[in-house]
Amino acid sequence: MSARSESRLVSRPLVGLLGLAVVGFAIFPWLGGQYYVDLLMRVMILGIFAMSLDLLIGYTGLISFGHAAFFGLTGYVLVMVTPETGSISVWLALPACLIAAALVAAVIGWMSIRTSGIYFIMLTLALAQMLYYFFNDSTKYGGSDGTFIASRPSVSIGSLRLLDLGDRLTLYYVVLASMVGTFLLLMVLLRAPFGQVIQAIRANEARTRALGFAVQHYKLASFVIAGALAGFAGFLEATHTGIISPAHLSWHESGLVMIMVILGGMGTIYGAVLGAFILVFLQEFLQDMTEHWQLALGLIIIAVVLLLPKGVAGLPKQLAGTVGGRRQSRDAASVVEANDG
Amino acid sequence: MAEPVLVTEALTKEFGGLVAVDQVSLDFATGAVHAVIGPNGAGKTTLINLLSGELRPSSGRIHFQGREITGAPSNRIARLGVGRSYQKTNIFPEFSCLQNCWIGAQARLPTSMRFFRAARRYRAVAERAERALAQCELAHRKDVPAAEISYGEQRQLEIGMMLATEPTLLLLDEPLAGMGSDESARVIDLLRRLAKDHSLILIEHDLDAVFAIADTITVMVNGEVLETGPPSQIRTSAAVRESYIGEGDTS
Repeated sequence: MSARSESRLVSRPLVGLLGLAVVGFAIFPWLGGQYYVDLLMRVMILGIFAMSLDLLIGYTGLISFGHAAFFGLTGYVLVMVTPETGSISVWLALPACLIAAALVAAVIGWMSIRTSGIYFIMLTLALAQMLYYFFNDSTKYGGSDGTFIASRPSVSIGSLRLLDLGDRLTLYYVVLASMVGTFLLLMVLLRAPFGQVIQAIRANEARTRALGFAVQHYKLASFVIAGALAGFAGFLEATHTGIISPAHLSWHESGLVMIMVILGGMGTIYGAVLGAFILVFLQEFLQDMTEHWQLALGLIIIAVVLLLPKGVAGLPKQLAGTVGGRRQSRDAASVVEANDG
Repeated sequence: MAEPVLVTEALTKEFGGLVAVDQVSLDFATGAVHAVIGPNGAGKTTLINLLSGELRPSSGRIHFQGREITGAPSNRIARLGVGRSYQKTNIFPEFSCLQNCWIGAQARLPTSMRFFRAARRYRAVAERAERALAQCELAHRKDVPAAEISYGEQRQLEIGMMLATEPTLLLLDEPLAGMGSDESARVIDLLRRLAKDHSLILIEHDLDAVFAIADTITVMVNGEVLETGPPSQIRTSAAVRESYIGEGDTS
């Protein structure tokens, strides 16, 4: 049993690699400049966002095209709860953001999961766009320009100030811890009975129902969890940039996060962070090289999808498979030769 | 005689103008093997789909152990203790054989909305899954992905997944379909063993197997019940011979 779940989720050498990656993230601020620290912070926040979408796409089989709704929503919730002077405690702001994201996810999910395939994609897109237009057209929150968040949430117990989220480095480590925490939480969920059921739904929904599971309930629960985690990423994003605009919840953002999941490799969780890393840095370097960077980005994405169907995270296995496959065909050839002889 | 495990009353399913199952009223005895036979298109699989809740009947009623289940969804019916296997292999291809049974075994938990404790720590689920895998004689294939085992083994796994839910009534839709004679013999043995402590409703085209293991046989033609009775009666029935068995070989 242990062999089964571990081989399906994270293998032993991979645990080492992921550990190294976390160490890399942790020591980077001492090596790289402020600019790259900010860029990595963006990678990690988008990584959390993409991991939450991978729970839906890669594990539950729900292709949500409106996932940015929850990411952008919490930025606006943070604006709403932040007073004009002074700051709000993170112990109030974060639960408010998570509950809001979960509630909206419950409503969007409840309406969407009764459809499947292309209809599910279209419904999630349409419902998320409604939210986009709501904030786009609301003069109270800056319309299409968005608005500033007056102050960052304070992290304190009583009068003791624990952390200053306004401090770049502090926020960097908070984000790093959040990313690792999100990854571990998702691993726990996927190994638990709940995770087994959603993976079964992705593999064969009708059979899962026939075995006795109310699949709609599990799909909705997965949608709400993913929405809340996307909202968590949005909370970090708003805290990081101090600004929120409707663009954060547009279908464009939903498409980008989906590309991250696909680039990195669906159904791996850590691949989502890899995808975020690749996309952010590709954008960054291509923008420096050419003004037609989006064209180049598009070509790279097409190449990855065509050549690496399991994403970048699936590359080692794919290489091993190619080598193994060659060896096998060579063996087969020698058998044929033996027969001929 | 004890109360029947399943009763249908004038059960009917129409698809557009086509009546696939027409006024079927049957009693399925507790602890018995009740086979449903008939030519292709007689409505046998539709009948099973109605009993398992995968299709909603157009009219009529279904009672399971005295409780009305007409129109209940398949997951509710499964949880009451009705397991089914499919004519077309319907498994989780990318999961290992054990994991296929695991999902079935986990369906016995009051709920799987459990988010934190690792699934493999649920000892009772693990035992049920292992037992089901042993029952369908695939213990040696435990860690092999279901997509990579032979067709016959997939058919066995199909039954194993159903057994993992620990049903009291088994709905078996052509468990022998496409099997070689050795594999068939193994599955027939398995069905015989299961018949000792389960009620079985069996659709099968292999009439030798049906006559060998069924206590009661129902013949369906064009969605209607032609005749129901013990194998000896069906074997000698003029009506059955004329409309069904007579068409093929009369073994």
